[in-house]
Order: sequence, then structure tokens, then C-alpha cells
Amino acid sequence: MLGLGNFLPLSGAEGEGGFHAPSTEEFFPGGLLFIGTPYEMSRINLIMVLMTFVIVFFFISAFARTRFVPAKLQNMGEIALDFVRINIAEEVMGHEGRKYAPYLATLFFMLLGFNITGVIPGLQISGTSVIAVPLILAFTSWVIFNVQGIRHHGVVQYFKMNLFPPGVPAPIYLLVTPIEAVSTFILRPMTLTIRLLANMMAGHLLLVLFFSATSALLFDGQGFLKIFGLAAYAMGFAFTLFEVLVAFLQAYIFTLLTAVYISGATADEH
Amino acid sequence: MGINALLASAEGSNSILIPAIPDLLWGTVSFLILAVLFSKYVLPRFNKVLEERADKIEGGLAKAQAAQEKAQETLSQYTNQLSQARTEASGIRAAADEEKRVIVEGARKEAEEKAQATLKRMAEQIDAEKAQAVVTLQKDVGSLALELASKVVGESLKDDSRARAVIDQYITDLERQAKEAGR
Repeated sequence: MLGLGNFLPLSGAEGEGGFHAPSTEEFFPGGLLFIGTPYEMSRINLIMVLMTFVIVFFFISAFARTRFVPAKLQNMGEIALDFVRINIAEEVMGHEGRKYAPYLATLFFMLLGFNITGVIPGLQISGTSVIAVPLILAFTSWVIFNVQGIRHHGVVQYFKMNLFPPGVPAPIYLLVTPIEAVSTFILRPMTLTIRLLANMMAGHLLLVLFFSATSALLFDGQGFLKIFGLAAYAMGFAFTLFEVLVAFLQAYIFTLLTAVYISGATADEH
Repeated sequence: MGINALLASAEGSNSILIPAIPDLLWGTVSFLILAVLFSKYVLPRFNKVLEERADKIEGGLAKAQAAQEKAQETLSQYTNQLSQARTEASGIRAAADEEKRVIVEGARKEAEEKAQATLKRMAEQIDAEKAQAVVTLQKDVGSLALELASKVVGESLKDDSRARAVIDQYITDLERQAKEAGR
């Protein structure tokens, strides 16, 4: 039921030592709990659930006893929510944005929480570095912007608006319509998914690379090679900080683009 | 790690582009928990807090507005009263001035009348006294002159009527002389 080797954050650290280049096997850590069942839990799944409970705990304690003058935790929660509510939702959609604030907040805080686990010591892998999570969220965003667009304009008008943008000479539609169809209905969710996934995977691989190089050079390297070990460590440290920025930035971009797509689908003028 | 590597690994059991069932399951569970958290708990509570805050601020603003209006009203009331009082005061002053003028005028008239009356009375008294003096003088002067003339002439003027005539003549002359001297 419990594979002890899978607790180790770096699969490259397994075995007899020396340098092992990280591979995509990093993202298939194998089951830890409920092995053999459909709800088998890997290390990454465990991290997802853990982070979910951290977010739930934070927001429930922040808003459990709301006060007129917010206390420390409530204040933090309010600032965090205001970032989504004002800087993303209202910025893109105006007053209409409040309607979508619950979804956008879910999106932003889930992404931020899952991204940031990539640099939390002991966890060290992003919940978003397996395709399932970005895919679920991109699919949800895709469903929401299309459903809201159809609700707002009606089926015919919505597809006409998206596939036959006005102000284009009729023959050009031969070219424009397929491009619009692919870009709006296929590429949007794909780019959302792949942008996030690739960033998180690349970040994780970079960190594994630098830190396994540090380990290999410092402990197995001879003479001056140990100095390169220190350099590799410094790079790993720098990239860890960079990954914090990326975690935030990718959560922001995903949420912002979702807001832009919803706004575009429900806008009265194209 | 090129696209070939991705495809190669896709042929095996693990592909980074094919979602694993447990990942999908736990990802969806996490998403649903968070979606319920934000839509049913966090944002409703946050909106309530914001509304309460807005209400309180608006209430405070309304209260301040009311206080200001009341102050304005009181001020205009006071200003009104003040200008009313000023008008009243100037009215009273004008009335007093008028009254004073009337009183002074009346007093002056009365004094003038009194003075006039006094003058008249005095003139009358003087006239009467003068007349009396003239009468007295006429009588005394007559007898004195007669006596004097008797003594001078040395004879008694028996004839009274003649004597009277002489005296009258004399007095008339005296009077005329006095008149001429007076002029």
C-alpha cells in the first residue's frame, strides 16, 4: 500500500548515487495510497489534496468571524480576493465581472496553490505539472465562456459572431472562418493547458537538474568540480525564487485569459 | 526532450499529454471542493462584509449630511433673526427720533407761546401802570401846578372853570412836548 521510495522528492536521487538526468518520469511517481483502485493516490495527488485543504483552511479561518475592521487573517484574505475581484474580474469585465468572481477566485487560488507546491520543501512538485489539472481547469473555462456566450447571444448569433466576424468581405470568410473556429474553440483551451503545464514541468525539471547536479558534484565530484557544485546550488536557489514568480504569474495569466474569453463571449459589440 | 521523445513516451505506458485517471479524479475533487468553498462560503461572506462596510460608510455620510443641513438651517435661522432684530432696532430708533423731534418741537412751541404770553401780559401790565401813572400824574401835576401858579400869580383863581381850562391847556402842551422829545 505504501511505496517508501516514492516519498523521495527526486527520482534521480534513488539508487546508488551519481548523476541521473531528470526525465518526464518525474511526473509519474507511482501510487502511494489505494494502489490498484481507480482512486489510487500518487505523491502528486496527495499534494493536490493537501494544498486544497490548506486553501480551504486559510479562507475559512479568514472569513469565519468577519469583522467590520478586519483582523490580520481576514485582511490577508480580503487583499487576496480583491486582487481577483478587482484586478482581474472588474479590470476585464467591468461591473459584470463580479458575477464571475467565485469561479475566477477558485481558478486563481487553486492554480496558485498547486503551482507553488513546486518550491515548497518536502513537496517539491507542482500539482499543475501533470496534464490532468490544467486540462480540467481549461475545459471548465472553455465550457463557461461558451455557455455564457450562448446564453447571452443565443446559439446562432454566438457562432455567427465568432465564426463570421463583421466587416470582412464575403470571400475572405473561406479563410477567416476556419481560423476563427480553430483558434476560439480548439486552440484556446489547448494553449491554456499547455502554457501552464509546460511552465510547471520545465520549472520542476530545471530545479531537479540543478539540485541533482549540486549533489553529484559536491559529493561525487573530484577537486575543483566541487566548486561547480556550489555554482549549481546557487543556480538552483535562483531558479527556486524564479519559480515562485512563475507560479504566481501562470495563475494570473490563466485566470486573466479566462476572464478575457468570458468577456469576449458575452460582449455586445465584437 | 523533443516532440519525438514525447511521442515515444506516448507509445509507452506514460505520456505527459495523456491525463492519468487518478490525476483527473483527484484534480476534479480538489476543484469541486474549492469551487464550493469560493462560491458558497468565501465570496458570499466577503460580499456581505463589503456591503456592511459600504452601508456603514453611507450611513455615516448621510448622518454627516443631515448634521450639515441642520447646521445650515440653524445658521440661516439665526441670520434671519439677526436681520429681523436689526430692522426692528432701526425702526425703533427712527420712531424714537421722530418722537424726540415731536417732543422738542412741542416744547419749543410751548415755550414760545409761554414767552409770548408773558411778554403780552407784561406789556399789558406796563400799559396799565403807565395809564395809572398818567392819571395819577395828571391829577398830581394839575393840583401841584395850580398850587404853584396860585403862589406865583398871587391870587387865587376863584374861577374854577377858568383854572381847569388853563391846567388842561398846560397839560396838553406838556404832553405834546413830551411826544416831541420822545421822537
